[in-house]
Amino acid sequence: MPPRPHPTLRLLQHLVPHWRRLLPAALAAAGSELAAAALMGTAAWLITRAAEQPPLAEVALAVVVVRALALGRGLLRYADRLLGHDGTLRAVAVFRARVYEALVPLAPSGIPAFRSGDLLTRLVDDVDAVQDLLLRVLLPVAAAGTVAVAATGTAAVLLPGAGLLLGVMLVLAGLLVPVLVLVTSRRDGPEERAARAQLAVSSLDLTRGAADLSAYGALGRAEERVRQAATRIARLERRKARTTTLASAVMLLLQAGATVGVTWLALGAHAGGELAAVHLTVLTVLALASFEALGPLLAAARRFVEVRSAARRLAEMLDAPPPVVEPVVPVALPASGPLGVEITGLRVRHRPGGPAALDGVSLRLPPERRVVLVGESGSGKSTLIATLMRFLPYESGSIRIGGRELRDCAGADVRRAITGVTQDAHVFRGTIRANLLLARPDATETQLREAAGRARLLEWIESLPQGWETYAGGDGAEMSGGQRQRLLLARALLADPLVLVLDEPTEGLDPDSAAAVLADILDATHGRTTLLVTHEREGLAAADEVVTLERVAAGPCGPLLTLPQGEG
Amino acid sequence: MKAVERRLMNEVPLLRRHLQVSTVLALVGGGLVVAQAALLAKVLADGFAGYGADGAAVVVPAAVMGGRALVAWVRGFLAQRAAADAKRALRDRVTAGLRRTNPLRLAGGRHGETATLLTRGLDALDPYIVGHLPTKAAVTVVPLVVLGWMARTDWASALVVLMTLPLLPVFGVLVGMHTAQRTAKQWELLSRLGGHFLDVVAGLPTLRAFGRERHQVGVVREMAEAHRRATVRTLRVAFLSSLVLETVATLSVALVAVPVGLRLLGGEVELEVALTVLFLAPEAYLPLRAAGAAFHDSAEGLGVAEKVFAVLDGEGRAAEGALPVPGGGRVPLSVDRVTVRYPGRAVPALEGVSLSVRTGEHVALVGPSGAGKSTLLALLLGFVEPGEGRVTVGGVDLAQLDAEAWRERVAWVPQRPHLFAGTVAENIRLGRPGASEAEVRAAARAAPAEGFVAELPDGYDTALGESGFGLSAGQRQRIALARAFLLDAPVLLLDEPTAHLDVGSEG
Repeated sequence: MPPRPHPTLRLLQHLVPHWRRLLPAALAAAGSELAAAALMGTAAWLITRAAEQPPLAEVALAVVVVRALALGRGLLRYADRLLGHDGTLRAVAVFRARVYEALVPLAPSGIPAFRSGDLLTRLVDDVDAVQDLLLRVLLPVAAAGTVAVAATGTAAVLLPGAGLLLGVMLVLAGLLVPVLVLVTSRRDGPEERAARAQLAVSSLDLTRGAADLSAYGALGRAEERVRQAATRIARLERRKARTTTLASAVMLLLQAGATVGVTWLALGAHAGGELAAVHLTVLTVLALASFEALGPLLAAARRFVEVRSAARRLAEMLDAPPPVVEPVVPVALPASGPLGVEITGLRVRHRPGGPAALDGVSLRLPPERRVVLVGESGSGKSTLIATLMRFLPYESGSIRIGGRELRDCAGADVRRAITGVTQDAHVFRGTIRANLLLARPDATETQLREAAGRARLLEWIESLPQGWETYAGGDGAEMSGGQRQRLLLARALLADPLVLVLDEPTEGLDPDSAAAVLADILDATHGRTTLLVTHEREGLAAADEVVTLERVAAGPCGPLLTLPQGEG
Repeated sequence: MKAVERRLMNEVPLLRRHLQVSTVLALVGGGLVVAQAALLAKVLADGFAGYGADGAAVVVPAAVMGGRALVAWVRGFLAQRAAADAKRALRDRVTAGLRRTNPLRLAGGRHGETATLLTRGLDALDPYIVGHLPTKAAVTVVPLVVLGWMARTDWASALVVLMTLPLLPVFGVLVGMHTAQRTAKQWELLSRLGGHFLDVVAGLPTLRAFGRERHQVGVVREMAEAHRRATVRTLRVAFLSSLVLETVATLSVALVAVPVGLRLLGGEVELEVALTVLFLAPEAYLPLRAAGAAFHDSAEGLGVAEKVFAVLDGEGRAAEGALPVPGGGRVPLSVDRVTVRYPGRAVPALEGVSLSVRTGEHVALVGPSGAGKSTLLALLLGFVEPGEGRVTVGGVDLAQLDAEAWRERVAWVPQRPHLFAGTVAENIRLGRPGASEAEVRAAARAAPAEGFVAELPDGYDTALGESGFGLSAGQRQRIALARAFLLDAPVLLLDEPTAHLDVGSEG
C-alpha cells in the first residue's frame, strides 16, 4: 500500500472540491485585512503629504481612498465571515456524508467508538474539525500572508532595504510564532492528559457512585482524589502559563524590531536624499500595520493543534478495515420462509489475533421454532447475534441458513432475513411513528398498531397527548426503560424477518414486567423462527426450546462459551 | 457587572484581585501605547523636518515597544495563572458542594452533567478569565488614557473620538438585542439539525440491522445542508453587530485622519501632532472591539458559573443530627406511617408505609417496580427524608442520628452498584480500606465472586471502573455483595440482589 498522506492533508483534500465557494471567502478575508493596513498607510501618506502643504487637489484622491477603505474594511470582513461559514458548512455537509458512508461497514464492531457514547461524540466533533481547519486556520493564514506580501512589496518599492527587513521580520513572525505556539502547546501534553483523565474518572466516581460512596463512608476519599487531580491540573496549567503567552510577546517584539528597524533605515535614506519625506511615515506605518494582520495567526496555530489531533483520529477510523468481508459473488437467500439456522463449531474473535469470544459453539434453530438462549451477561450471547447478523466474521465453523453458508451471502441479504433487537438498539430523535417505520417504511397503519399492540405499547402510545407523533428524544430519554424496550420490540416485530433475533429484550425491566414481556414475545412469535437471548429464567415456559450456555473460562475479552474443555 | 459575575468574584476572591492587577497592567500598557505613538511621531516629524537620522532617536521607541511586549507577556501569564487557580478553587467548591446534594439524585439522571461540569465544563471559564476580564479592565482605562493624551495633543481630534466611542457599545447593544431575538427563535432548530449527525451515527448499528443505512447517506447530507442554511440565516444577522462595530471603529479613524490632514494643509497643526493623533485613534477603539469578541467567548463561561452556583445552592439536606447510634446498630428498625413525595411527581413514592424489623430478622420486600422498594431502602439509609411519619433506629428518630455513624452500621447493595476506578480488591474494600487480603477473599468467596475474579487478567488487582475491565451486571452485583459482606455491618440492605444474577448463581 502506498504511504498515506498526512492526516491533516487528507482532511484538507476534502475541502479542495469546494474551492469555488471558499476562494471568495479567502479573497474577502485577505481584502479586509489589506483594507485595514492600507487605511493606515494611506492616512499616513495623506497626513505627511498635507504637511508639505500642496494644493488640495493633490490629496483629494487620498481623502476618498481613506474613506472608502474605512467603509470597505467592515463590509469585507462581514462578507468574509459569511462566505467562509457558508462554504465551510457546505464542505462539512459533504464530509459528514462521506464519513457516514465510511462508518457504515464499521458499525458496530469495526471501531471502538460504537461501544462508548463519549467516543462517538468525539468522533462527531472531530468531523466538524474540518470547519475549524478552514475558518480558523486557513482563512486567517491566507489573509495574513496576503498582507505580508503586499506590505513587503510596497515597502520594497519605496525603499528596497526596508522592504527586505520588513519581509524578513514578517516571515520570521509568520513561521516562528506559530511554531512557538505548537511547541509550547505540545509541552506537558501527555502529563496533562493523564491528569485530566484522572479527574474525569474520579469525578464520575464521585457523582455516579455518590450513593455507594455515601453508604460506605468513602465520600471523603473520593473527594480527595478529585481534589488531587484538580490540584495536579492547576499546577500543570500554572507551569504552562509561562509559555502560552510567550508567542504573543514574541510577535510584539518582532513588530517592534520591524517598525524601529524600518524607521531607522528610512530616516537614513531620507537624510541621504534617497527617500521622499512623504514615504518616511508610510514605511513606518506599513511596518506597524502589517503585523496587525499577523495577530490572528496565534489563535490559528492554537486551533491547528486541535485540528491536527482530530484529523489523526479520523484517519485512524477511516483506515480501519471493515470486520466483515463481503463475498464477491453473493449467494442469494430464500426470500420467503420458513427458514432454520444451523450453527456448528463456531469460533469468533472480536479482533484478528485477539482472544476467542466464542469457541466451538453449536446451536440449532429449527424453522418456526422459538429457541431461548440463557446465559450469563458478557458470555458471548451478543457476539453470537452480531455474528448471525454479519456484523462480525466467524473464523471457523459454519452457520447455515436455508442450506446456504452465511459467509457466502451478502450482509444486507442476511440482515433482511435475520434481524430484531440488537444489544445497542438505538431510539432515534424523532416521533414514535418514525422510529417504528424505520424497520418497515411501507407499513400500514394496521401493521403499526398490531406491532405496537403485541409489544404492549399501543395503550401507552394512545394515552399520550400527541400519540404516535410524540417525540422520542435523544436515545429515548423521554421514555421509561420499559417503554423503550417495548418500542424496540415493536420495531423488531414490525420488521417481520424470517429469523427474529432478540438480544436481552427485557433489559432494564422489573422482574414482573420482564416476565410479562417475555410471555408476550413468545406468544407473538409463535410459529416463527426466533432466537431469544436473555438472562431471565421466568416466563420461558412457552418456549419451544431453552438452551443454557455455560461459562468455562474468562479471558480479557469475556468468558468463553461451552464445549472444548481444554481451551481458554 | 451581572449578578452572576458579582457572585463569581465573591466566591473566588482571587478573580477580583486578577481584575485589579489587569487594570493596573492595562494602565501601564495604555501609557506605553501613548508613549509609543508620541515617540514615533516625534522621530518621524524630526526626520521629515530634516533633523537627520540620529541612531539614538529610535532607541527610546524601541525600548517602549519592547516594554509593551513584556507587559503583554506578564498580563497573559498572570491571567492564565488566575484561570488555573480559579478553576481549582471552583472544582474544590463543587466537590465539597456535592456533599449536600442528595446522592441518589446525583447518581441518577444528572451524573453526567455534574461530572462534565467538574472536568471540561469548568474549562469554559478560561476565555472569561483569560480573555474577558483583562479586556474589560482595558476597556475601562485604555480609552481614557489614550483620549486624555489626544485631548492634550489635539482637542479637535479627541472630540471626534469622544463622540464616536460611545457609539460602539450603543450600537453593539442595539444590534445585539435584535440578533438575540432572531437567534433565540432559530436556536431549537439549529440544535436539532446540529444533533442529527450524532443521532444517526449512534444509531448506525440499528440502521444496518434494518437495512436502512444507505437511505441515510442522503439524509445526512440533507440535514447538514438544512443546518447550513439555518446557520447562515442566523449568522447573517448575528455578524451584523461586528459589522457595525468594525465600521464605526475604522470610519472614526478616517474621521480623525482626514480633518487633521486638511488642517495640516492650512498649516493649522504640526505634523508631529497629526501623526500622534493618527497612531492613537485606532488604539482608543481597540479595547472595545476586543471586548466585543471576548464577550461572546465569555458567555459560555458565565453559563458554567451559573451551573456551579446551582450545585452550591443545591437543596441542602436537612440539618443532620449528632446522636450516636443506639446499641451499635444492633437494634430494631421501625418505619412508622411514612410518606415520601419526590418533587415534581404527583403520586407519592411511598404512602403511609409502616414496617418494623427486629434485630437479627430477615425481611423480604416484594413488589413490582415502582412500588417504592428502593425508596424504602433509601429512607433507611437516610438518603431520603420522610415527608410524613418517621423512621426510628432502636427508638431514636433517624433524623437525629449522626448520619455518617449510622451508615457505617449499614451495608447496602444497590440495584446498580457503581464500580470505582480501582482494582477489584479496592472496590471490595470500599467500606473498610484497612481490611486484610484474607478478609477480602473471604468476602468475595461468600458473594460468591471468587470464581470469576480468579479468571480476570490480574485477579484481585484487575482495574475496574470507567476505563477498566468491563464486568457483567451480575458480576458487578457480586462485587457489591462482597463489599457488603466485608463491611460486616449489623444492618444489611439488599436491593434486588438477584436482578442481574445469572442462572445458577441464585439458588
